[in-house]
Amino acid sequence: MSAALDARVGKPWKKPPFIASSALRWTMIIGSVIYLVLAIGSFDVNWARVYRGLDRGWQFFVAFTHPDFVSRAGEIKVGMIESVVMALASTVVGIAVSIPIGLGAARNISVLPIYLVCRAIVAISRALNEIVVAILLVAIFGFGPLAGFLTLSFATIGFLSKLLAEEIEDMDKVQAEAVRATGATWLQRYVFGILPQVIPRLIGLSIYRLDINFRESAVLGIVGAGGIGATLNTSFDRYEFDTAAAILLLIIGTVMVLEYLSGIIRARVQ
Amino acid sequence: MAISTNDGVKVWQRRDRNGQLKLWAMWLVGTAVFMWSWQQISSVTTWAFFWDAPRIAADIGGRAVPPRWSYMDQLWEPLWDTLNIATLGTVMALMMAVPVAFLAARNTTPSAMFIRPIALLIIVSSRSINSLIWALLLVKIIGPGIFAGLIAIAIRSIGFCAKLLYEAIEEIDEAQVEAITATGASRWQVMAYGIVPQVLPAFAGISVFRWDINLRESTVLGLVGAGGIGLQLQGSLNTLAWPQVSLILIIILLAVIVSEWVSAKVRGAII
Repeated sequence: MSAALDARVGKPWKKPPFIASSALRWTMIIGSVIYLVLAIGSFDVNWARVYRGLDRGWQFFVAFTHPDFVSRAGEIKVGMIESVVMALASTVVGIAVSIPIGLGAARNISVLPIYLVCRAIVAISRALNEIVVAILLVAIFGFGPLAGFLTLSFATIGFLSKLLAEEIEDMDKVQAEAVRATGATWLQRYVFGILPQVIPRLIGLSIYRLDINFRESAVLGIVGAGGIGATLNTSFDRYEFDTAAAILLLIIGTVMVLEYLSGIIRARVQ
Repeated sequence: MAISTNDGVKVWQRRDRNGQLKLWAMWLVGTAVFMWSWQQISSVTTWAFFWDAPRIAADIGGRAVPPRWSYMDQLWEPLWDTLNIATLGTVMALMMAVPVAFLAARNTTPSAMFIRPIALLIIVSSRSINSLIWALLLVKIIGPGIFAGLIAIAIRSIGFCAKLLYEAIEEIDEAQVEAITATGASRWQVMAYGIVPQVLPAFAGISVFRWDINLRESTVLGLVGAGGIGLQLQGSLNTLAWPQVSLILIIILLAVIVSEWVSAKVRGAII
């Protein structure tokens, strides 16, 4: 120790690098430089078009100072209600379906075949992008909020089941065993031994998912799956930037209110 | 926990009467809200289409199989574009997110009264709007193409990265900062030697995590004209070329799985 210290005394100190192996470090640096050159080289940006668009961008920015809630009030109201309804209904259905799947996907309380099936459902639901699912469901079920509702429910299942399963895997086994020792049936074991341990987290996650579902429902309208997105898309297409600004402000406002509420509720249950 | 007496025998109950009533009221309101929501959805749904759905699904499925593998030749370039949108978008977002995060963190912000709320406002407005909406907007402003997608991804990611990063900055160990300050270091030296090394692992983790999300999102940006493989998807959907659609969906799925694998590996190596 002292020899190593002696060798270092008097020499200037250098910050240790983030990646210790110098070969790996240089490979990564050179690799990323080559990639950046190639990537930027393959971009062809029409700067004249961008420059011409800046004026319109400024108009849009200015539109935020005088958003127009009034002239399309009817459409905005219908769209917002549809979005909220889709978010609420899909969260409820999503929770209802994801509790059994979450229980099945927890390795410590489930048998292997059920575990694999449930994990497969979770993996499929998480890998597919909401928009892609919405496109397919719109093609199958036709335009309207039903397709959006099904899309969001499907996405909720993947999200909630995975986190619920992880929560159950982390739970305290002693409590479940104590309930079992009293001679409880398997349903009683679940209700009194396992659920009380995960319910606070489940409530927190559900509220968080409601928040996500509302945000997503604002986009699904672009592909025809109902909600405020359709109104927003139309207002962009008609270059009615003041209406678009009003809709965006409403979305931001609702998301902020939901986030605030979910913070309060999560603080209370946890 | 409560105990009720039934004919002189004590019976264990999980909740007392008030708790039970509150719970029932909550369930009642919840069920009513859900039924109302369902009614709203149901009233605008053409149920004939719903009952017809299995046939339609089978029909589409039949047309989509087998995927048109030869179409792959035309997909390499959009795939490369998609990768570039995700990667460069993440890089751009990080460049902007780092200053915003330092301005938003309670322990590094120059002014908690004025600058911090502005930084938080930037974070919130970037986070609340989905990248597809940003893309929709940017396509209208700067014209269709990869550039609009790149900017959309970058803007959307600023809030996410800045939020996670400023939370990491707020959780640092103050003792190290004090030690560096005690050596007489300037404000910037404290930043470089006291704070940055502590948040660097979090920073690397956040960037890879966001890159993964961005790759998923950039696959669909083309639907609104913002470049990448989504453009091919939109084209194939519009011409009802289902074998091409199924090929593109397979490619997107593979890209998502690969990116998730990469991000899990990198994060595993850092943490």
